[in-house]
Amino acid sequence: MSLYQLQKFLFDINRDPNLQRRFLADRAAVLAGYQLTAEERDAIVAGDIGLIYVLGANGQLLMHYAALLGMEWSAYIGAMREGVRRYGPVRAGLYAMTTRLDEKVANV
Amino acid sequence: MSLVFAGIASHAPGITGRAHMADAAVVQEFHGAYRRMGERLAAARPDALMIVSAEHFANFFMNNMPAFAVGMANDYEGPIEDPEWLGIARRKVPGDAELSRRLIREMMQTVDVAYCEEWKFDHGIMVPLHFLTPQYDLPVIPMNINCQGPPLTPLHRAWAFGEAIRRAADAVPQRIALVGAGGISHWPATPDSGKINEAWDREFLRAWTSNDREALLSYSDEATYRDAGQGGFEIRAFIAIAAAARGRGMVQHYRPIPIFSVGCTVASMDIDACRT
Repeated sequence: MSLYQLQKFLFDINRDPNLQRRFLADRAAVLAGYQLTAEERDAIVAGDIGLIYVLGANGQLLMHYAALLGMEWSAYIGAMREGVRRYGPVRAGLYAMTTRLDEKVANV
Repeated sequence: MSLVFAGIASHAPGITGRAHMADAAVVQEFHGAYRRMGERLAAARPDALMIVSAEHFANFFMNNMPAFAVGMANDYEGPIEDPEWLGIARRKVPGDAELSRRLIREMMQTVDVAYCEEWKFDHGIMVPLHFLTPQYDLPVIPMNINCQGPPLTPLHRAWAFGEAIRRAADAVPQRIALVGAGGISHWPATPDSGKINEAWDREFLRAWTSNDREALLSYSDEATYRDAGQGGFEIRAFIAIAAAARGRGMVQHYRPIPIFSVGCTVASMDIDACRT
């Protein structure tokens, strides 16, 4: 049920440059303000885009967050596919993967 | 005074952010069509641009998600995304709070809209402005339909929203341009990004250009999700424009560009003067 909190963190940080600066300086302190599971917190701290994707975060929130972390496009797409390979299908939400694990769409 | 221009266009972030990853001639053709839409918009001499988009959690979250929202500020800012990633510099964009207030008051006679004295633009509005008003010199009235967080705004309510926009535009002294920004079929922000159902898109554009209300409102969310991806929910923005203009549409550009994640669309619609 804390998927809501995970997405709230992504929403807040994506649109607030001050929070972005605080997060980069001290990730744990910012995350303490959200009711996250250990898995969710670890995924954010590690920048594990694949796991955040599989946990069911809305793709638009995640796409902006990956950009914030400086991931270029093919790395971001690859991280989501790798997430499904490692952790299994997307567990919630509307952003499920419908292509095969080894498939390349748009050559990335 | 009245609605003086109506059109629709794609707003995917790749259009600007990943332009370097697509074939240069293909990009040039699409970007050229987008800029020419801006020239036609300017030739209509609008005083303001009302833009209906499907934003993506730049302002509205599941703690308080409006079915419809309309900006009511004298300026806005965007993009929220990393400017380098989007390929559009962060800037202030002019609005017109007093005009917004008048439009909202009239729209509220039939549709319950949330008004917003703060609004940060994401690619959903910044990409269209980049091509349509590259000098950022036209006041913008941003509008949002919930296409992201279910329960989504029903299609027939998006139509009612378009009718309310038209009535409001006709009731103010200013000349109003109206643009709907979104995608047709697409699977953005997933590993499927780049998948496009061209046949589905072309059928939707047929219904849109012929202003076939019944066909436009016949899509179920289940079928759209299956055939057109979660990005297909953004047809709401295009449907609102058809309801506002009520004329015949013309597609100036349609071509799937997978690295942009969408069938890249530029289309305009005549404004039916007979409509009351």
